[in-house]
Amino acid sequence: MTQLRHLLSVRDLDRETAVSILDLAEDMADVATRAVPKLPTLRGRTVANLFFEDSTRTRLSFEAAAKRLGADVITVSARGSSVSKGESLKDTTQTMAAMGVDAVVLRHSASGAARVLADSGWIDAAVINAGDGTHEHPTQGLLDAYTMRKARHGERARGASLEGLRVTIVGDILHSRVARSNVWLLQTLGATVHLVGPETLLPQGVEGWPVTSGTDLDAALDEKPDVVMMLRVQSERMLAAYFPNEREYARQWGLDEVRLARLAPDTMVMHPGPMNRGLEISSAAADSARSLVLDQVTNGVSIRMAVLYLVLSGSGSSATTGAGLGA
Amino acid sequence: MRAATLPDGSRTDLLIDAGIIAELGSGLSRAGATVIDADGLQALPGLVDLHTHLREPGFEQSETVLSGSRAAAAGGFTAVHAMANTSPVADTAGVVEQVASLGDQHGYVTVRPIGAVSMGLAGERLSEIGAMAQSRAAVRVFSDDGKCVSDALLMRRALEYVTTFGGVVAQHAQEPRLTEGAQLNEGTLSSELGLAGWPAVAEEAIIARDVLLAQHVGARLHVCHLSTAGSVEVVRWAKARGIQVTAEVTPHHLLLDEQLAVGYDARFKVNPPLRREEDVLALRAALAEGVIDIVATDHAPHPVEAKECAWQEAAFGMVGLESALSVVQAAVVDTGQLGWGDIARVLSSKPAEIGRLAGYDAPFTVGAPAHLTLIDPAARRSFGVEHLHGKSVNSPYLGRELPGRVVATVHRGVATVLDGELRPQEEVAAHVAN
Repeated sequence: MTQLRHLLSVRDLDRETAVSILDLAEDMADVATRAVPKLPTLRGRTVANLFFEDSTRTRLSFEAAAKRLGADVITVSARGSSVSKGESLKDTTQTMAAMGVDAVVLRHSASGAARVLADSGWIDAAVINAGDGTHEHPTQGLLDAYTMRKARHGERARGASLEGLRVTIVGDILHSRVARSNVWLLQTLGATVHLVGPETLLPQGVEGWPVTSGTDLDAALDEKPDVVMMLRVQSERMLAAYFPNEREYARQWGLDEVRLARLAPDTMVMHPGPMNRGLEISSAAADSARSLVLDQVTNGVSIRMAVLYLVLSGSGSSATTGAGLGA
Repeated sequence: MRAATLPDGSRTDLLIDAGIIAELGSGLSRAGATVIDADGLQALPGLVDLHTHLREPGFEQSETVLSGSRAAAAGGFTAVHAMANTSPVADTAGVVEQVASLGDQHGYVTVRPIGAVSMGLAGERLSEIGAMAQSRAAVRVFSDDGKCVSDALLMRRALEYVTTFGGVVAQHAQEPRLTEGAQLNEGTLSSELGLAGWPAVAEEAIIARDVLLAQHVGARLHVCHLSTAGSVEVVRWAKARGIQVTAEVTPHHLLLDEQLAVGYDARFKVNPPLRREEDVLALRAALAEGVIDIVATDHAPHPVEAKECAWQEAAFGMVGLESALSVVQAAVVDTGQLGWGDIARVLSSKPAEIGRLAGYDAPFTVGAPAHLTLIDPAARRSFGVEHLHGKSVNSPYLGRELPGRVVATVHRGVATVLDGELRPQEEVAAHVAN
C-alpha cells in the first residue's frame, strides 16, 4: 500500500495516493465507531507535536489521532516553552531527535518551515506539515476533500475521486494556506475551483493557478457551485488596507442569510474554523443543514490518523496493520 | 609575466617593478624577478567592486576588513568599496578612516569606504558627508545600502550636496511600504510558496523618481543592484535624456532566477530578490548594450545560523567576491554577449570611474599602477567551500560547476594570489610596509 516519507505539501500527492489516503481515513473513521475507539497499530512510536504557532484545534486533532493509534505524544506549544523564548527550529528539533521521536507534526508561522526541516538532516523523523505560514496546510486540504467526498458519495465514497465537483472558495486567498492546499488537492482529485475575494486578497499571479477567479460573490453563487468554502478573515488585514472595514467586507463577501437562501438545498457550506460569525459567515449559514463545519472537525481526526499511519508504517519496528485496514 | 593575453586580445610580456607596469613587449627579463608564466591565460585589469559588505566594525563574526580583503583578492579584485551599514555606521570621518587604514595595513586590496547618506542609516538627517569626503579616506560614494533613501527631500538634498565633492549617491532602490515583510519576487511563484512578494514596481518607482531628481538638480546618481527588466527601461530612458545615471547589476542577478527558491533554501534569499528568467535575460542584454554600466558583487556575508532556518527568518544576502568573475563568465562571456575587453570595463575601469578611484583608467600601459589579475577561462571547477576565503560560506553556488579560475592577482605590484593560492598575510603586509 501507499507509503509516505513525509507530508509537506499536497502537491507531492498524485491522485492515486490522495484517494488511498482518503480511503484509509474511511477505515480510520470506522475505528471511531467501535466500543473502544482505538487501534494500537502505532504502539511504541512517539509523535511530537511541535507548534511554533498557537493552534488549539489542529493540535488537539493530531493528539487525538495519534492517541487513537496507540502512539505516545509529546506536545511542545509556543506558549510557555523554550520555543516562545526564541529557540530556533534547529535546536528544538535536535532536542526532539535526541529524545527519539518517530514523527514530528510541525506548525510554524514561516512558509516552507516543514520543508526546511525535512531537508535539514537535523532529525531523522517523518515530518508532517500542520500548517506553514501562508503556504500549505495539507491535512486540512485532505480533510476538506474527504468531507466533500463523503457528503457527495456517502457509503460509496471509497475509491471515488472528486471528478466534476465544482468548489468556490471565498475570502482571503492571499494569506490562506487552507486555500492553497485545497486548490492543489482539489485539482488533483478532478474538481474545479473558483476563487472569490476582493482583488487585494487574490494572490498576484493567480491567473497561473489551475483555477478561475473573480471578485463577485453573487455572480459566483449564480453558477450554483456544489461547495462554498468560506475562509476566515483576520481583522489585522484592514490595517494593511486590504479592505476598508468589516461591514463592507461582510456586505460584499460574507455568506449572509440572503445569499444562503439562494443556495441549492444540497450545496455544501464549509469553513476551516475558527469562524468569525457575522463577518465572513452568518450564524444562519454556519448552523444550517448545509453546513459541514462540524463534519470537517470530526473528519480531521480520521485524516490525521491515516497520515500518521502512512508515515510511520513500514518505517520502523512495531507498526502492524490492524484489523479492518484493508486499504 | 610572460605571454599574457590582454583584454584587447594581444599578447605581451609584462615587467612589473616598484608597483607600476615598467615595460611591455616580448622577451622581457629582469635579474631577480619572479617569473609568472601567463601563456594561455587571460590578463584583466585589477577588478574593482563598487558594492562590498566588509562588516567591520561591528559584525566581525561575519567578515572583517582582512577576511573580506582576502576573499576579494582570491576573486581577482584589487579594490573594493565597503558599504556603510556597519556598527557604528560609517557616517563620520572616524569610521571611514578606520576602515580605509585597516585595508591599507593588510594590503590585499585598496579598501574605499562608502559613507552613509543619513545618520545611522535612519533616513532622517544627512550624515557628515563633507567630513567624510575631506577625511584621509576621501569618500566619494555615499549610500544607505540595505535601506532605501525613501524620503524624496532627503534624496534631493543628498544628490545636491555630494556634487560639492564630485561625489555620487548610490541608491538601494526599494520603496519601503511596497516591500513590508517582502521575501521573494512578487508573482505566481511567491503566491504559490506563500512568501510575501517583493514587487518589481517597488524598485522601478524609486529609480524613476531618483533619475528625475538627479536631472532636476544636475547631480550624479548610481543605481545599486538593478534587478528587473522594467528598471532597465527606466535607466535607458534616463540615459537617453542625458541624465547622469549609472547602474550596476550583481553576478547573481545575471545567473540565477527565482525558481531556485522552490525548496526554501535560504542561500537563495537576497535583496533585491532573484527575479524571473526574463529579467535575468534583460539584465544580460542591458549589460552588453551598456544601459547597465557595471557589475558589482553585493558581497554580503552572514553567519551559518542566519541561513539555517526557515526562509522568512533568514538574512538577506550572499557572498560573491570569490565567485564573481566565474559567474559573470558563465552568464555573459560564455554566452557570447561580452568579450574580455567588456569585462575589463564593467568590472574595473567603469566602477573605478564611478567611485573616482584613480589608477584604473589606463591599464596595461607603461607607468600605470600594477593592478591586474590573471585568469584561466578554460578551467572548470565545482565550486566549493574551499574556494571561499572570507569568514562566511553563504554562497548560492556551492556544488555548482562554474567556468574560469583566478590564477594570480597583483595589487600595487604586490602578488596577493599566485598559482591560484592566496599569498600569506605576513608576506603581503610586509610588502605594503616597504
